[in-house]
Amino acid sequence: MNGPPLVEAREVSCTFTVSGGFMKRKRTLQAVNRVSLRIERGEVMALVGESGCGKTTLAKMMMGLIAPSEGSIEIDGRPLSSLDRMEVARSVQPIFQDPYSSLNPRRSIGSIVTQPLRVQRDPDPGTWKRRAQEMMELVGLPRRLFNQYPGQLSGGQRQRVAIARALVNRPRMVICDEPTSALDVSVQSQILNLMQDLRAELGLTYLLISHNLAAVEHMASRVAVMYLGRIVEEADTASLFDSPRHPYSQALLESVLTPDPTLGIPDTHLGVSYPDPLDVPPGCSFHPRCAKAMPDCAQRMPRRTELPDGAGVACHLHAGTHAARSAPPEGNRTARAQDG
Amino acid sequence: MAGPILEVENLSVDIPVPAGLLHPVQEVDFRVERGRTLAIVGESGCGKSLTSLALMNLLPPRARRTAGRLALDGEDLLGLSEREMSNLRGNRMSMIFQEPMTSLNPAYTVGDQLVEAERRHRRTSASQARDRATWLLEKVGMIGAQGRLRQYPHQLSGGLRQRVMIAMALMCEPDLVIADEPTTALDVTIQAQILHLLSDLQREFSTGLILITHDLGVVARLCDRVAVMYAGQIVEEGTARQIFRTPAHPYTRGLLDCIPIPGKTRRGEHLGTIAGIVPSLVGAMRGCHFADRCPHAEETCRSAPVAFRDGVETGHRYRCILAPDHGPDANGERNRANGRTNPE
Repeated sequence: MNGPPLVEAREVSCTFTVSGGFMKRKRTLQAVNRVSLRIERGEVMALVGESGCGKTTLAKMMMGLIAPSEGSIEIDGRPLSSLDRMEVARSVQPIFQDPYSSLNPRRSIGSIVTQPLRVQRDPDPGTWKRRAQEMMELVGLPRRLFNQYPGQLSGGQRQRVAIARALVNRPRMVICDEPTSALDVSVQSQILNLMQDLRAELGLTYLLISHNLAAVEHMASRVAVMYLGRIVEEADTASLFDSPRHPYSQALLESVLTPDPTLGIPDTHLGVSYPDPLDVPPGCSFHPRCAKAMPDCAQRMPRRTELPDGAGVACHLHAGTHAARSAPPEGNRTARAQDG
Repeated sequence: MAGPILEVENLSVDIPVPAGLLHPVQEVDFRVERGRTLAIVGESGCGKSLTSLALMNLLPPRARRTAGRLALDGEDLLGLSEREMSNLRGNRMSMIFQEPMTSLNPAYTVGDQLVEAERRHRRTSASQARDRATWLLEKVGMIGAQGRLRQYPHQLSGGLRQRVMIAMALMCEPDLVIADEPTTALDVTIQAQILHLLSDLQREFSTGLILITHDLGVVARLCDRVAVMYAGQIVEEGTARQIFRTPAHPYTRGLLDCIPIPGKTRRGEHLGTIAGIVPSLVGAMRGCHFADRCPHAEETCRSAPVAFRDGVETGHRYRCILAPDHGPDANGERNRANGRTNPE
């Protein structure tokens, strides 16, 4: 790989303080818990996991919208905390889930797409309209929509507007938070195709957050599986979907319903409910739902083990075999965290 | 064996709008067998949800419902008064909605709402109803059901709320349950559990189930029969195997091409798309509703209504002029190069 990764998160954590209710003490919610993630140039990194696992919080930290409580994030080898908002926004741009609420209904499409140029005080206002129209054309929007309003557009067209707005400043990374889940099936495929084309054409890097694991398998080059604020497995897409290592990844992938009428509804053995993020189980936070839990799992938190094929897994089942390659002992890290 | 639990013939819904008369549901017919599942699948605006509301007679006030026949377990529903209908709703036919947070009353406990569902229709004592509620909550896999009765909806997670909705729908042992996108708001892991539960309970109580969804994976895995709707009409109907293995209507084929399927679509390759947009359903429409987006459309498709044709196997029908075995066109004619030209 040439040069530093485009984005690198080092042991980042994010905690929120939540009111426990009237006259009750405040509690802390650890939304992201010492997560490290490298996103290389040109790759499509997918973040998957159930709602509330911290995917969006991690993405927001990478956009500089939330400051990490601990740890650091670097963009292109420069610490994010040293960059101002404008600089971050020039390299990282988001696309959100719902194109009905992410576009201002009182602004014309042209004004929405040129907004980032205005915000960045682009030195060449004479070219704004032309550049916005070129970008609209690139994402498959006819130029005549320039003076229309979001209300006159279909869901797919609105998502294209959101994509044009994200790309008009030529960012290097786009964070796509559920980019297709609000759209119809036939429109989803159009947007996924468009995202593929734009990535090749503009050399973009994507961080894709999605519940749609079929879309993730189709789009991503690498996948990180999150559970209760931690990355429990990270691997190349093919290797994760062919042979998931972590019991949670296995359960998650088993619950994907491929349209095969000869198969029934899978039984994931995952217990009834998602655990309370305010009350994270001790040891491995997945152990109460894990079919393969051992006594040790409730005691010690598994550390991440690097496997020979480039995957990383945080599970006691995989810790023994590659002990020599694993990260520093958990004890030290916990001690350090408590000091801070 | 008794006849079908639900028979629907020639059901249409018309809604007057400023531009004219909107026809969101047109000449829909299907039947649901006892203990079986029918999926109604289609994209937004195809009329699938209005069809289910029309069955329950819960349409918006201005909408007009017409039907040749609408019968629950052989009993005609068309002639019923609103009062008689409301005695059936929640009793012999019930509904599960998509968003459990908005369909449960936040000001009442789970127990109150479950008990109300039964006491509204049956002469049971409060304690009997409570026992049944506890039993059903256990059935739907809620641990500590007794305690759950005293909780409010906001104290439950999305998956648990949807379980409460299912328990509520089953309180009166209905003959028919209509589930409108029951798992769309849930995580995939919870979705699998809820669907598992639905199909187990349905088998146990021999309930007819209509599942309204846009998720083709759910349809394939859960349902016995599938009706594909497009622009207000059923365009194809058959067993799940027929629809997914030998789809005959170009819209069904197009839809199946749009979703990435591991092993079938290659990573990073373009997915299929369906060019064009859904036609306006205001005013009269003569030919096939899909004609403007169909790669096979001919002049006759646009000039006259297209009747149903039978598929190769029995019980498979589709609304198209093409022969049932018109070849696996789907792969050849996928609109692959079309990622960027605006197909909307």
